[in-house]
Amino acid sequence: MNTIRDKCAIVGVGTTEYYKRGQSYPETELSMACTAILAALDDAGLTIDDLDGFSIYSSSCDPATVGAELGVPEIRWATTTTSGGGGCVGALGVAAAAIATGQATTIVSLMTLQQLNKRLGGSAVGGMLQYAMMSEGGSPYGGSGIAPSAAFTANNGLLSPGHSFAQITSRHMHLYGTTREQIAEVALSSRRNASTNPRALRPEPLTIDDYFNARMINDPLCLFDYTMESDGAVAVITTSVERARTLRQPPVLISAASHGGAGRWGPALFKYFQTPDEHFATSGHRPVAQRMYEMAGVGPSDVDVALLYDHFAPMVLIQLEDYGFCPIGEGGPFVADGNIRYGTGSIPVNTHGGNLSEAYIIGMTHVREAVEQLRGTAANQVEGAEVALVTGGPAGLPVSGAILRKDV
Amino acid sequence: MAGDFGPLTKGVFPTILFETHADEMAQPFWDAAKDDRLVCQHCTGCGTFRMPPSPFCFKCQSRDHDFRELPGTGTIYSFTVVRHPLHPDLIDCCPYVSGVVELDGTQGAGARMLVNIIDVDPDTVKIGDRVEIVFEHVNDEMSTPRFRPITS
Ligand SMILES: [Zn+2]
Repeated sequence: MNTIRDKCAIVGVGTTEYYKRGQSYPETELSMACTAILAALDDAGLTIDDLDGFSIYSSSCDPATVGAELGVPEIRWATTTTSGGGGCVGALGVAAAAIATGQATTIVSLMTLQQLNKRLGGSAVGGMLQYAMMSEGGSPYGGSGIAPSAAFTANNGLLSPGHSFAQITSRHMHLYGTTREQIAEVALSSRRNASTNPRALRPEPLTIDDYFNARMINDPLCLFDYTMESDGAVAVITTSVERARTLRQPPVLISAASHGGAGRWGPALFKYFQTPDEHFATSGHRPVAQRMYEMAGVGPSDVDVALLYDHFAPMVLIQLEDYGFCPIGEGGPFVADGNIRYGTGSIPVNTHGGNLSEAYIIGMTHVREAVEQLRGTAANQVEGAEVALVTGGPAGLPVSGAILRKDV
Repeated sequence: MAGDFGPLTKGVFPTILFETHADEMAQPFWDAAKDDRLVCQHCTGCGTFRMPPSPFCFKCQSRDHDFRELPGTGTIYSFTVVRHPLHPDLIDCCPYVSGVVELDGTQGAGARMLVNIIDVDPDTVKIGDRVEIVFEHVNDEMSTPRFRPITS
């Protein structure tokens, strides 16, 4: 079968520094995007004259504006996966598909984020109402207009992503006996990794007592189950594997990248929740995981390090099930047994500290970490890491998963 | 818009009227709500219930439908207890319980309601609890559906 397996590689990574929410001023989302793109090209040993495509997600930037700002000679590819952060690594697959079919040669995928004036989910009433009444079919992070059906959801009190992900978490706890102690292990393990990662924004120690003494935001989620809010930009450059081997950095092959999900997962969250029983208490990733593993020709036991999208701690535990690291419903005991810990666990997860403790740039920090693990330059290097899993979402479809591997 | 919520009751998320209005498709639901009745869109092609009202049946893709009156009872499918207000002005209604209710008389998934569940103890409410609908009559055009425990 004709697939993108190992036909393209990530050859450059560029970033701004990671900032706490609002601290990136007077930089702008445009300036940070440009900074990250130039740094990624430089990392690869390329220049702006080589760049000819954008494959983005979650409205990260406007390729027309960035292309004009940086003087890109010709844009041959400009696409985005739909919806929000779930499409993150799906965008790498779209880039690979474009390059493998000769439609572009050098494509950037990126996220740039400045939360000075916008907040995911909203904390001001204006933002909250916009959120509650977001337009049909749009991203919850950027809806506009008031949909008539908002009347069905504007008054129910479910206002933020955290309120939504608590529904999945509560149901998972009900079905499988998952406990807060087990979920805490995700937060604590991530924090331990962050404590030895110099760029982590939350390196300070976190104990189980801290976790249980923290305020409940909305049951069953406490403060430390929530990601932080950050500013910054991360960009990666994808090109053909043949060209990658002539460039400055060791290539990181895109073995597989798939996006999508079961149709009736749909928007899944936020104002929907009509997901069938068999998918409700999941991450929505299960069909994507299956296609991804088939494309890559590997299985969960081949994965050396997993960078799992962690906007909320319990979503890591549930993704471990959907990506086959443990049976369905056993994510709780699996993490409680120490399996995700760096250094000692069977599958080290979020070795950089994840969105929970390193930084939250809507998924791209996980791609950066995967590349560094496979180059052998990560702060918390997994010895001999050759295969990395990176995910985007759960969120409204598409969610996405990718297998990246060392060129050996 | 701070301060526009009026007096708040603990556990009850305030009805926010920011030009929310029914479309043609949803009008029968809001008309029935004014009379304290719960109706649900129902596919006359295959019998599937769906909520909120929408143009197509997700099961058979038919547009033919009617509205069926439901008993107004249901079961808590999932929920959260919101303890931290998203805006300081909402502090007096916290904690409140919001969640997903599966409606009796429907097939469940596809026809669930997302609602504020009132008159419950946030520390003991649980999935599987039985609830019934109650409407707050906000004005001549709008009645807000909520659910409360069935007290037999
Ligand atoms: Zn039908």
